[in-house]
Amino acid sequence: MINKKVNNVREALLGVTNNMTFMLGGFGLCGIPENAISELVRLEIKNLTCISNNAGIDNFGLGLLLQNKQINKMISSYVGENDEFERQMLSGELEVELTPQGTLAEKCRAAQAGFPAFYTPAGYGTEVAKGKETREFDGKMHVLEPAFKADFAFVKAWKGDVAGNLIFKGTARNFNPLMCGAATITVVEVEELVPLGVLDPNQIHTPGIFVQRIFQGEKFEKRIEQRTVRKRS
Amino acid sequence: MLDKNGIAKRIAKEVKNGYYVNLGIGIPTLVANFVRDDIEVEFQSENGVLGMGPFPYEGEEDADIINAGKQTITTMPGASFFDSATSFSMIRGKHVHLTILGAMEVSENGDIANWKIPGKMVKGMGGAMDLVASADNIIVAMMHTNKRGESKLLKRCSLPLTGVGCVTKVVTNLAVLEIKNNQFYLLERAPGVSVEVIQNATEGTLIIEGEIPEMNL
Repeated sequence: MINKKVNNVREALLGVTNNMTFMLGGFGLCGIPENAISELVRLEIKNLTCISNNAGIDNFGLGLLLQNKQINKMISSYVGENDEFERQMLSGELEVELTPQGTLAEKCRAAQAGFPAFYTPAGYGTEVAKGKETREFDGKMHVLEPAFKADFAFVKAWKGDVAGNLIFKGTARNFNPLMCGAATITVVEVEELVPLGVLDPNQIHTPGIFVQRIFQGEKFEKRIEQRTVRKRS
Repeated sequence: MLDKNGIAKRIAKEVKNGYYVNLGIGIPTLVANFVRDDIEVEFQSENGVLGMGPFPYEGEEDADIINAGKQTITTMPGASFFDSATSFSMIRGKHVHLTILGAMEVSENGDIANWKIPGKMVKGMGGAMDLVASADNIIVAMMHTNKRGESKLLKRCSLPLTGVGCVTKVVTNLAVLEIKNNQFYLLERAPGVSVEVIQNATEGTLIIEGEIPEMNL
């Protein structure tokens, strides 16, 4: 077993500096690396490029880094829940590369899997395809999309062991497994870090080989963005 | 004329037994409420769940189980969770049978615009570009005209496109229309709505063949 455990979030984020590119898991506020984000806020590093499906909300998630003006560029598919984001984007303070969600996922997976690029039909004929190579396959047009390159991936999993094996829960899985191994260093925060041998190898979602550092997060607030319920009849 | 629930009710009739269906945010989400309960259908949400169920009972919300609209949901027996690449494999790989989504504009050649108003609203495309680029069976659910009373069924979209030549059917508060041969074909009228009203609210080429029946809801 190769031990990936670090003691806390400070150790986990050793080496992050200004001007880096980060991948951050999560969909909305579901499955975001809350502890890594808090630490990035504390470190006050700036000029960051962040790859994340969404940009958090005004006072939580990546919204915290935006408020601090730590992010220079966002690569996302949907940013509609964040007024500060929209303000910074429309004023030109923040560079934004909007990417179709499936393409965003695949650009992570391609980086993880060692593919330099791939063709997808998504975005053909739209401004997303501007300046990109296109090619016809089976009578249909496709756009060439390169894999992402990033310095750190910050991932949130439900359970993990010290070998870095991971299990995700519910829709908190989303982009997290795809970002593991897609950056130079993958840092995973888990709700529960268990001893070796506790997790059933048959049930592992992400094998530890894709993970460099793992720690048990100190606190998970797990905010709900849209609390929708039905009445008991 | 139909309200949002009426549009959803009409679209629900397009959902067939054995379908895997992706529902967009807004009116499309309402479609799930009107699908016949004697057929087997599974709803996919592109954030990573197949077999989506209704909203949870109060106190049973789970922050880790949401739909693409970030709403708390439940799952049906037989449901599954998966990562975003797998989710879009279902979509891009045409394993999802029907996609229902909203739009700001649709053109007579099947182009759709629903993600951006330059300089004004920039929310992003989310999964919409992947959905419209791959799905063979796309139904757009929207109001026939915008808040200023202008037609949303156009000769050519004025807003940045989400996809080209992909929409096959449009259900609005006024009508059901099919898109083929670069034209809108009027299939059905909403209850109490005349062909003339639909004609006046449609900027794109509208083909009216024979007697146009009223929707059967």
